[in-house]
Amino acid sequence: MTSATNGTRSYTLRIWRQSDNASPGALVEYRVEDIDAQMSFLEMLDHLNDTLERKGELPVAFESDCREGICGMCGIVIDGRPHGPVPNLTTCGLRMREFESGATITIEPFRASAFPLVRDLVVDRSSFDRVMQAGGYVSVNCGQAPEANAMPIGKDVAEAAMDSAACIGCGACVASCPNASASLFVGAKIRQFALLPQGQAERTRRARRMVAVMDQEGFGDCSNHGECEAACPKAISIENIAVLRREYLRTLVRR
Amino acid sequence: MNCADPANRYASAALMQTLPFRPWSSIGKKLLNGLTGLLLMLFIAAHLAGNLTLLVGTDAFNAYAEGLHRLGVIVPLAEIGLTALVAAHVLSAVAVYNDRRAARNVRYTMVASKGGSSKQSVFSRSMIVTGGVLLVFLVLHVWQFRFGPSIAEGYVTLLHGEPVRDLYRLVVETFQNPLWVVFYLGVMVLLGFHLRHGFWSAFQSLGLLAPHTRALAFSAGGVVALVIAAGFLLLPIWLFLSADPRAAAGVVMVVP
Repeated sequence: MTSATNGTRSYTLRIWRQSDNASPGALVEYRVEDIDAQMSFLEMLDHLNDTLERKGELPVAFESDCREGICGMCGIVIDGRPHGPVPNLTTCGLRMREFESGATITIEPFRASAFPLVRDLVVDRSSFDRVMQAGGYVSVNCGQAPEANAMPIGKDVAEAAMDSAACIGCGACVASCPNASASLFVGAKIRQFALLPQGQAERTRRARRMVAVMDQEGFGDCSNHGECEAACPKAISIENIAVLRREYLRTLVRR
Repeated sequence: MNCADPANRYASAALMQTLPFRPWSSIGKKLLNGLTGLLLMLFIAAHLAGNLTLLVGTDAFNAYAEGLHRLGVIVPLAEIGLTALVAAHVLSAVAVYNDRRAARNVRYTMVASKGGSSKQSVFSRSMIVTGGVLLVFLVLHVWQFRFGPSIAEGYVTLLHGEPVRDLYRLVVETFQNPLWVVFYLGVMVLLGFHLRHGFWSAFQSLGLLAPHTRALAFSAGGVVALVIAAGFLLLPIWLFLSADPRAAAGVVMVVP
């Protein structure tokens, strides 16, 4: 982890501190020194927390799990952008070489009424779980894995379904949306099933229920800004939102 | 946190039953807003095409206006239809705006676009403002021309020997007033703003776009916004500068 060419760096961090959802929060300024350019953003925060703990202060609460870009836990807003400035990347994959030494970095939690704040940079994204509980599954018994060629699915269809299934549920779409809409998340989940034979039995119910719960959870409506697609670490296309609308319109005529 | 909530309302029996299609759901509102927006754009295009007869001259424009009035029962039906389109478009847009305010109860200290494929712009961010201005303009515009001075007030001309409303005179007189010209020009620029995001967005709201057609629709939106705005901008400027001899002869500007 040493980098002779880049040397060590220092930053001024403005981090949102808030003890719980009921208490007021504020940006608090911290100084971090001896940051290696190849450190990840989360390692930089670990380093900050280490120094805070040594001083007897409360560490900054943030979420992380896999630290390899697939679990969807580490979403925070860095200088106004969910997961930071680099496209198609989660916060854990973001390296400090992206930030010039001496820079001031503002770090805030994902902000949406449907993502109530837990502490500091940690928000409760269980509203996504409840949207999934409403229809993000296949409950028909498909039996054992069929013979591979018994149910032909075109390569293009399989790829398209996989593109939607790449969603890790991190919530960056909601965080980046000026309206705090969950349309990209819900669209990806609905399209993933709508494309495949296993998803057909519950297709109509799924669209109606997931849209109903999305609305009840207090997410905003989409205004087609397309910011979600740019902010998505998995580059999930807003075509998924177009499909969401087609699938919902389809429920007008289908049972 | 809420997962452990025993009153988890989504495990309730009500949701397990079949829900109806809800026109006022988040998706229903977008379908409605997109469809009405698309139809209103068609109207605007037709309106511009009709207005271009102003460039031809007095009789061409009055004949066009009279031709529309001769459509009989279609006229009040079209008026009701257009009013309904505007109402549905405005109400669904205002609902989206209200939900947006509720959906983020704490605002960010710092917001930046990620760039890349994002379509977020001054045009997309100002839809509610440009739409609001267009609505105020629409009321004023209809009051000014639809309910403005007609044959009874002396705005009459002969067309093929028949007395008809001299709408051309009203239009020309209106655009002799620099204040009206500036007002119309300003609003038409904002119409261009609204269409810049609205054109492609309407297709997306109706679920019609795949990645390759989206690029096409987005580019076409720029052309449509430019052409429509330029067309509507041309007319007041043309009429103001061409100093119609009848208006210049001292006809008093009539503000309804």
